[in-house]
Amino acid sequence: MTVEAAATEFTDGSAQMTAADGAGPAPVRIVVAYGFWIFLLSDIIMFSALFATYAVLSGRTAGGPGPHDLFELRNVAIETLCLLFSSYTCGLGLLAVEQRRLKYFYVAFGVTFALGLSFLGLELAEFSRMIAAGAGPSRSAFLSAFFSLVGLHGVHITVGLTWIVFITAQVAVRGPLDFVLRRLRCFSLFWHALDIIWVALLSLVYLMGAR
Amino acid sequence: MHDSAKSRPVDRAPGADEDAPSGSILSYSVGFAFALLLTGASFLVSQTDVLWEPGVPVGLAVLAIAQMGVHLVFFFHLSSGPDNTNNVLALAFGVLIVTLVVSGSLWIMWHLNVNMMPASVIMEMQR
Repeated sequence: MTVEAAATEFTDGSAQMTAADGAGPAPVRIVVAYGFWIFLLSDIIMFSALFATYAVLSGRTAGGPGPHDLFELRNVAIETLCLLFSSYTCGLGLLAVEQRRLKYFYVAFGVTFALGLSFLGLELAEFSRMIAAGAGPSRSAFLSAFFSLVGLHGVHITVGLTWIVFITAQVAVRGPLDFVLRRLRCFSLFWHALDIIWVALLSLVYLMGAR
Repeated sequence: MHDSAKSRPVDRAPGADEDAPSGSILSYSVGFAFALLLTGASFLVSQTDVLWEPGVPVGLAVLAIAQMGVHLVFFFHLSSGPDNTNNVLALAFGVLIVTLVVSGSLWIMWHLNVNMMPASVIMEMQR
């Protein structure tokens, strides 16, 4: 049974699943978005453990390079712009497909993909530069925490990029059907959530570190 | 199962409103502008001395939380409407757990760090 079928059955079959104003069962898009929101919150709670680890260990450099020696804020600023702008184009793409303007959707999601890929490229370049300079994850507790936290965000971006490819192909093959739109809305929530995590990461890791 | 369900396409629930737009170009643009503004302010606060030096961490935290709020309202379309009650409650619970995990870890680890002496210091005291 697909998620959509399960969600339909759930909203059809249960009388207590009513909207707050008592107008009847909540629409499927509301139920699906709620379920995905719960997943995103659990993802954020997982990140919070790594944030706590980083906050505890950020001063434990074991005589190795510290945050101030390693971070290049110009690089980080470009990464931030890439993510923010890709979130914007992702939102515009979602609006375009809801209005059945598929050409705009392909352009917007193409830009989103390119910006996400640029972010990932910049991050990997930063990682390899640090590892080449002898500041790999095994150098100190600070660097272990740094690579786990920032690396996990990078893994999420990679998952998001794969998801963009699949969902765009689905729009191309199946057209803007209801279930495709719901998946697109879930993807857009996922992509925006990565922005929220990046905001925390930028402030705690990079801006506090490179002060 | 409702009788009216037969006349609907398979994956459309009663009251389904699949074509309701997810926000508008204006709301995304306003959110994007605010996000850029707050990010710029964060870089400014950390790289210049516009803020009193010991206040910089607090300033960065305030700006980051403000930006998360902007993202939630303009990108996630979180609102006080009836469709959003469950989402807001789940968010409140998430914020509670995140606060407990982060502040609890910092609190406990700080105390361990302060109160547990290195072995060499203990050996020194036992002489």
